Amino acid sequence: MMEAQALHLIESLLSFFGLWEMLRGFIEPVWPAVWIVLKIVAIIVPLMLGVAYYTLAERKVLGFMQVRPGPNRVGWWGLMQPIADGVKLLCKEVIVPTGANKFLFIAAPALALAPALAAWAVIPFDDGLILADVNAGLLYLLAMTSLGVYGIIIAGWASNSKYAFLGSLRSAAQIVSYELAMGFALVCVLLAAQSMNLGEIVRGQQGAYGMFGWYWIPLFPMFVVYFIAGVAETNRAPFDMAEGESEIVAGFHVEYSGMGFALFFLAEYANMILIAALTSVMFMGGWLNPFHGWPLLGALTDGIPGLIWMLGKMFIFMFMFLWLRATFPRYRYDQLMRLGWKVFIPLTLVWVVVVAAWMQTPYWLW
Amino acid sequence: MAEIKNYTMNFGPQHPAAHGVLRLVLELDGEVIERADPHIGLLHRATEKLAEHKTFLQTVPYMDRLDYVSMMMNEHAYVMAIEKLAGIEVPIRAQYIRVMFDEITRILNHLLWLGASALDLGAMSPMFYTFREREALMDAYEAVSGARMHAAYYRPGGVYRDLPDTMPQYQASKIHNAAAVNKLNENRQGSLLDYLEDFSNRFPKNVDEYETLLTENRIWKQRTVGIGVVSPERALALGFTGPMLRGSGVVWDLRKKQPYEVYDRLDFDIPVGVEGDCYDRYLVRVEEMRQSNRIVRQCIDWLRNNPGPVMTDDPKFGPPRRESMKQNMEELIHHFKLFTEGFHVPAGEVYSAVEHAKGEFGIYMVSDGANKPYRMKIRAPGFSHLSSLDEMAKGHMIADAVAIIGTQDIVFGEIDR
Repeated sequence: MMEAQALHLIESLLSFFGLWEMLRGFIEPVWPAVWIVLKIVAIIVPLMLGVAYYTLAERKVLGFMQVRPGPNRVGWWGLMQPIADGVKLLCKEVIVPTGANKFLFIAAPALALAPALAAWAVIPFDDGLILADVNAGLLYLLAMTSLGVYGIIIAGWASNSKYAFLGSLRSAAQIVSYELAMGFALVCVLLAAQSMNLGEIVRGQQGAYGMFGWYWIPLFPMFVVYFIAGVAETNRAPFDMAEGESEIVAGFHVEYSGMGFALFFLAEYANMILIAALTSVMFMGGWLNPFHGWPLLGALTDGIPGLIWMLGKMFIFMFMFLWLRATFPRYRYDQLMRLGWKVFIPLTLVWVVVVAAWMQTPYWLW
Repeated sequence: MAEIKNYTMNFGPQHPAAHGVLRLVLELDGEVIERADPHIGLLHRATEKLAEHKTFLQTVPYMDRLDYVSMMMNEHAYVMAIEKLAGIEVPIRAQYIRVMFDEITRILNHLLWLGASALDLGAMSPMFYTFREREALMDAYEAVSGARMHAAYYRPGGVYRDLPDTMPQYQASKIHNAAAVNKLNENRQGSLLDYLEDFSNRFPKNVDEYETLLTENRIWKQRTVGIGVVSPERALALGFTGPMLRGSGVVWDLRKKQPYEVYDRLDFDIPVGVEGDCYDRYLVRVEEMRQSNRIVRQCIDWLRNNPGPVMTDDPKFGPPRRESMKQNMEELIHHFKLFTEGFHVPAGEVYSAVEHAKGEFGIYMVSDGANKPYRMKIRAPGFSHLSSLDEMAKGHMIADAVAIIGTQDIVFGEIDR
């Protein structure tokens, strides 16, 4: 549908210049590929800008929570800060440690960033506004987040440094443990929505009660577990022992500088935004209007495009990431693992059974 | 058959959580500490040796710089030692001022301890809040002595000068316009005592803020409960004093057991812990902040109602007033001799200790009748605490070593001197 509209626009523009027939002949055979590339660019460019400004938002939000202004020198309100940071990182020397496996050292950040970006292919921003509407979207997502672990392990190993190696192993163990919790939480969503297609999952939450029809109510423990496991996946406080203090000052990316470090950073923040997007899609109704069907508000707000709701929900969860970082001390590594294995996974297993049983009764209203 | 060796690691001098310059060599079995070996001396400044070559008055600024987060208490122990040896009578107003500033210094110390300790364990926000309170107290230091940190305010015989009637005011600038400056100057319209009273009124709410963030926090408790447990007998044997000792349940506070200055006239409580772990010591120090606030209030009330001299009037020890110095020969000669050669302290030896924020800070002074001490030994509380680090950290993990160093409130200035 969108394709047809865009096509029509370009057609009318170009036929004005008499170039339309010529251009059409060139592009028609490869048009699907070109269209997909355009869609990818339309996702990646805002995402990268978002990641860059998310770093600024983090510093400002943390600053305000700590009674200080955050960056405010580079451009009005600090808005040029991410650009300054980007330029700095680009211009920095990329130091490859002696004895490091050069190819793997350079490839690891890319291996960390690629799955983080690839997972965005199946996220629905609005009804029909999705790059790849695959029927196994959920499975694809879980696979992509699991692939991210490779980048970390390879970075730690290729750095040829005791501390980087220790840090990467810790990080990898942490991510893998919390992936299980995340996976089972998503199994509950799968049960509730009866489809792995993310668009279907959102449509399954559509109802006449607005936000009360979404999955955060029946699956509330899973909502909480999913979000916290998401925080642990991205190595964010309070689960940032692998990056925080102690002997491993920066964990697996301690030997990286310049663009390599920038890529890891981008991967971490892209993952954070991904978790925020997924939480919104799975539990908070994606692009749906929270006040849909409500007496007065429903009619007033039904006109707002779904994309705005989706972004709004993502912002809330992105803010929660920052809020958690400003507030809590860190978990010690063994306490962190204990939390993942002995608290979250049993909870998710139990809840799968509860939801499965609940769905058989007539009390399941979702 | 592979030989398994313990992995030795430097928790080096350059480390965000090493509290100054601590070189801690850790022998690790995986992540568990088998042995912790602190190497100190990286901040040794030969304070005791320097004291032997400076007059008694000239050594006062060195005392500030020992435990550089609680300045005036170090000075207090030192001037008390001189006063004991020389038999100087300190006026009562000076004693109240000293006690008030001691408690302000205790609050300063505990605020920094809380912020830094929380930061080491990952909670980065309390640091900013506690430093905001410290700013107010440092303004009090500045008003009374001219320096925000190293005040050199206590002198043998009393204090340098009486409390000021006005506080310095903020001026409008490019950063703060007149309206903002007026708001900042609101609590500075009166004397120093009014300013301190305003601080003292606000302070309990601030401590409530910090407690809200940390005390009932599950993660904080997991990081501090059961970590670094010291039994009361061991604590006494290892030479612990102060909150480290009280956290283990031993009721010992020099302000109550061996009262000095006017502590016997003031009404306050001593918090004592139960388990002897990091969490109890945290609670003890937070409660000490509240009790210090109580003491400060009582001192403010007394000081408001009782004017008087703040320096002994013995001309051999206390400098004369400047007006008389510029008019009379006797005073001029005394001023000259006091500030060049300094006073002479009769021969003898004395040990005088104060209940410092970190524990018992003592000065052992041997005098041979000269204008400089023959020997001055500083008993720093952090020294005994740090030497027990091995025993406290054995069997714990590296992350716990950070927690333990934090709970011991280590400041290298006093350990290395």
